[in-house]
Parts: sequence; structure tokens; C-alpha cells
Amino acid sequence: MNLVLSSRSRTKRQASESLVMALLMGSAGIAVLITGAIILSVLIESLHFFDKVPLFDFLFGTEWSPQTALRADQAGSTGAFGAIPLFAGTFMIMVIAMVIAAPVGLYAAIYLAEYAKRRTRQWMKPILELLAGIPTVVYGYFAIIALAPFMRAFGASIGLDVSSESALTTGIVMGVMIIPFISSLADDMITAVPQGLRDAAYGLGATQSEVIRNVVLPAALPGIMGAMLLAISRAIGETMIVVMAAGLSAHLTMNPLESVTTVTVQIVSLLTGDQEFDSPKTLAAFALGLSLFVFTLLLNIAALHIVKKYREQYD
Amino acid sequence: MTNRARIIASLAKRHRAERRLRLYGKLAISFAVFMLVYLMWSIFSPGIQGFMRHEVRLDIATAKDHYEATAASVKALAPEAESVADKRDLTKLIGTFAAFEVRDALREGDTEVWVPLGDLADQLLKGKIDKRLPEYQRPINDKQLAWLERWQSEGRIHYGFNTNLFTAGDSRAPEGAGFLGSIIGSLWLLLVCMVAALPVAIMAAIYLQEFAPKNRFTTALEVSINNLAAVPSILYGLLGLSVFLQVFGMPRSSALVGGLTIAMLILPVMIIATRAAIAAVPSSMRDAAFGLGASPIQAVRHHVLPYALPGIMTGIILGVARAIGETAPLLMIGMVAFVADLPRHPLDAATAMPVQIYLWASSPEMGFVEKTSAGIIILLALLMVLNALAITIRNRYELRWG
Repeated sequence: MNLVLSSRSRTKRQASESLVMALLMGSAGIAVLITGAIILSVLIESLHFFDKVPLFDFLFGTEWSPQTALRADQAGSTGAFGAIPLFAGTFMIMVIAMVIAAPVGLYAAIYLAEYAKRRTRQWMKPILELLAGIPTVVYGYFAIIALAPFMRAFGASIGLDVSSESALTTGIVMGVMIIPFISSLADDMITAVPQGLRDAAYGLGATQSEVIRNVVLPAALPGIMGAMLLAISRAIGETMIVVMAAGLSAHLTMNPLESVTTVTVQIVSLLTGDQEFDSPKTLAAFALGLSLFVFTLLLNIAALHIVKKYREQYD
Repeated sequence: MTNRARIIASLAKRHRAERRLRLYGKLAISFAVFMLVYLMWSIFSPGIQGFMRHEVRLDIATAKDHYEATAASVKALAPEAESVADKRDLTKLIGTFAAFEVRDALREGDTEVWVPLGDLADQLLKGKIDKRLPEYQRPINDKQLAWLERWQSEGRIHYGFNTNLFTAGDSRAPEGAGFLGSIIGSLWLLLVCMVAALPVAIMAAIYLQEFAPKNRFTTALEVSINNLAAVPSILYGLLGLSVFLQVFGMPRSSALVGGLTIAMLILPVMIIATRAAIAAVPSSMRDAAFGLGASPIQAVRHHVLPYALPGIMTGIILGVARAIGETAPLLMIGMVAFVADLPRHPLDAATAMPVQIYLWASSPEMGFVEKTSAGIIILLALLMVLNALAITIRNRYELRWG
């Protein structure tokens, strides 16, 4: 009797367990679904856009003025959708941000991982993590009320005309935002280098900085490169800082003291406020989103691949 | 030169290089800390005043309704104001919200009431507008200045806590704008977000960590989750816009759409954190359960999950912190509209805290500068509490496996 009961309860249990298993699997599948949905939603709208504006004009055009005319018969009613000024602006701000964040983040990681005493490390790391926890809208506001006026006044004092929406200011603030991102990843990579490598170098009479420079860093280099690529992808996709601190009008310039606009700024400005679907103006935002997605995806895949390879090496 | 001499000669140089690297490290950290302090200081210094406001005491005049009573009581503050221009200057000092206060006071049967001063008067008394400027450069004219000073000497002006910040929704006028609307909006958003993301994230993590066979599907899953975690947040906004608003026709600007959009955004982050917590439970726990006849699902349910719970909680709290601070995707789905009413349910038009900060930051009125900072302080305080909670749970409850 007992045996029968237990076998009956077992089949019941098996039925409910296969249900639970299906639920678990379905939940995991949602992740793929979201990826697919992002790609599809952005892709479909982009294809509509490329029906109206040729892909070549979008990718290589140097004129960006999406403000379509009010009436269809007005001159220039189609607007111009050459994305080169946006790509250039995004690139310039990213480069400025990396010029700040890469050395600062890397040297901070080296110091924390190799030189700092346990106690120092214990309170230093949370401070850097504090920077990482600040919402980007706060960084944007910081750029507007503090750094932009300061840079403008500083520029004026040495005879330079700094725009209040300059790429330099925006890039610096974005760099500060990325510092903790780089330092914490680089820290992980440096501490993952086996102690044996260091000991061997010390045994040959190397100083600590020589060990770091000639042994630790080369060993951690792939991982650090991966971290830098992820940071670049972060900088390119960052939105709130540039929406608040960078400019709206697109012009092609090499001068970091002037105002530039970025891909994300344009997506926001095209899609906030009144909008009609199917107008090239709205669809252009999705085309920009697609290029952003493709670019950051390539960076992420490369970065994750490098980091994974590197992790396996020392596991 | 012998080898030995050469090595000794090079020592000074090598030690200099040593000191240099140390210095660079210290400089890098100092720079990061300096920027953190600079950022905090530039937000906190105006922000403290954003929590305060100046009020003026009105002696309530008798009239047929509260509008006329307000007008008469304000007039009584400066009886010499006769011309239309003078009267307009006087009402400007008081601001737009006096009538509501007077109405409430009349209901209580009070004979006097404290009403908030208008934005410009408040800014002047806070010292944000320089009194010594010539009249034409100042938004407050000499006559208004004289009134303000007279009221001050009469003891009619009171500087106190701005309760409005925590009791009101947004407003076009800085003296009436409160943060409560966006706090409620954020709470609704968070509720939707957690209901949608939490079960999915935990179940997906359990599947991937405990049950997933090694095949193509699993690899595709892992790759998409890792990449999703690094997709720019604005793309989730585009997704929310085209799926929830266009395809499903959900209400624009609502916390429902915002919550679902943010849920997709934090899903990969929470999956990764939960997986790490589950992976940290040693396999001996599972083996022991199997040895007593537990099925794999029972082993996970009764043995692995309880041990992984503190780690999972930490991951969830950090996900919540991320969800509260996220702004860009919300701009895409219209949560950036001006909303004066407090949202009563997730379908109401709403803003969220960071969006409110963004809106105030782009408002031209002077009074919004300190309001923005005050909003940021509230948001940062909340994030601080969440992070402290996560750290406490991690330190107190997380089990360490040798």
C-alpha cells in the first residue's frame, strides 16, 4: 500500500516537476526573446527609413538636418540625413572620455592592486564604487552647473572661446563616469595574474615597478584591453550626460572646444515631443539606434571574447 | 665599467621609476576622489537651500471667497501700492500659491496664515540675487526690495523647511514644485519592474546554472545575456516605444510601460548576479540532497536556493538601485511629460525621480536650480540606503564556503 502511494505521489511529483522545468526553461528563453525583439524592432523601422533615405546617404552624408518642413511642398521638405557629423561627434567625445578615463582608471587599479595597503584598499574601493553608483543624470547636471561654466571662464582667461556645450566638457564628465568601470575591471584582471609570475621576477632582482611593468601588465594586457573596449562601448551608448551637456546642432568639426552632437542625443531629440510615425524624422532615430546597436555589439563581442580567453588562461 | 658598477649606477634611475609609478597611482586616485568631491560639493551647496523656503505671514482679511480674501490680505501687506504696476509687483512677490493656503486657513477659522513667497523674492532673500546690483539688472525692483525689507523688520518673514517638496507634484512655478509626484511614479515603476523581472530573472538563473544542457540553445542564451547586459540603455527605450506603445498600444507616459522597459534592462544584470550566487553554493550540498533521494528540483528548491538567498537578495537590491537611477529609456516612452498630479495607479501619466531631475535641470527659472539639487540629494540618499542594505546583507548573511 505504502509502495503504491509513494509511486503515485512520485508520478504526481514528476508531472509537477516537468511543469516547473518548462517554466524555468521558458524564463531563460525570454532573454533570447528580448535580444530578438530589440534587433527586430530596430531593424524593421530602420528598413522603412532606408526605403525613404538611401543607406549610402545615411552612412556617408555629411549634412544632418532632420527638421522636416511643415508643409510637404515646402523646399527642403525631406530634410538631410547624413549621419557622419553625429558619428564624428560621438567619436570625439568618446576619445576625450577615454583619454581621461583610461590612464586614471588603469593607474588607480595598479595602485590599488599592487601598492595600496589592505586598509587603504578597503576604503578606497568603495569610494570608487560610489562614483559608479551615481546616476548619469547627476553627471549631466554636474556638467551643466559646475564644469561647463568653469571651463568657459578658464578658457576666457587664457583667451580661448569655449562653447558652454563643448565636446571637451562633456568628454571629461563622461570620462569621470567611466573611471570606476575601468578601474574595477582592470583591478580584477591584475589580481588574477598568478603570484608565481611576480615571485619569479622578484627573484631575478626586479623592483616592484619593474615587475608591474614587465610582468604583471603584459600578462593582464588582454583582459585590460577587453575592459577598455567595454568602456568605449559604454561611452558611445551613454545618453543622459550628452543629452544634458552636449549640443543639439550637428556640425562637423575637429575642435573639441566647440559644441558637437552625438548619435544618442539625436535619438532623444527626434523621439521626444510631438511625433508622427512613418515620417523619416522619427524613423531616422531607429536607423541611428541600429547603427548604435551594431557598433556596441561588435565591441562587446570582441571584449567578452578577449576577457573569456584571458580568464581561461589562468584558471 | 664592470657589470657590478653598471648595476649600481643604474639603481638610482630604477628607484626613480619606482617612485614615479607610485606617484602616478596616487595622482590617479586623487583625481577620481577630487572629481567626486567637486561633484558632490557643486550639487550639495545649492541643494541644502532647496529644502528650505521663505514664507510671509498674511493677516486674513474678510471677503466673500478665498480668492478675494487673498487679494485683500496681500494688498494689506503694502497699503501704499495703488497703481496697477505696483499691485502687479506686489502679487509677483507673493507667488501663485497663496490662495490655496488662505483657503485652508479659512476652513480652519484662522486669522493669519504663512504663505510661501514667490520664487524671485525667495531667491533674493537666500542671497542668490545680488541686492547691490543697479535696479535695471535685478529681477526685483527697488520698491519690491523695500517691501521685503519692511516685512522682515516686522517679523513677517519666516525661513523654514520646504514641506511642499514632499507633499506636492510638479509645478511650473518653482515655489509650488514638489518631488512627491516623481517619488510615487518611481515606486509604481519599481513595482511593475520587480513583478515582471524578479521571477523571470531567478528562474532563468536557476535553469542556466543548474539544469541547462550544453547545447547550441544554451550557448545562444549565454551569449545573449552577456551582450544584453552591455547594450546601451537607450536601445531598451526604442524597444519599449515600438513594442509596448506601438504594437500593444499601452498608455504613453505610464509607469506600466516604464516598468516593463526597465525590467528588460535589469533582467540580464539580475540573471548574472543570481547565477553567481547559485554557483557559489558548493556541489556537496546538492550531492547530499541527492543521496537522500531528492529530485534535482527538490535539491535546488530546498537546499541550494536557501543558501544562495543572501547573494540573490544582494543582486536584486543592486538591480533596484540601477532601475531607480535609469533615465534615458524613460525619455523614449514619454515619461518626460509635465505631470502635476500624483499618479494614482500604474496606468496614470507619471514621471520618475531621475526624469524629474532632468526636467527641472532644463527649466530656466532660477528657483529650479536648487530644486534640482535637492531632488538629486533625495535620489542619492535613497541609492545610498539601498547600497548600504546590499552591503549589510552581503556581510552579515552571505555564507562563505572554504
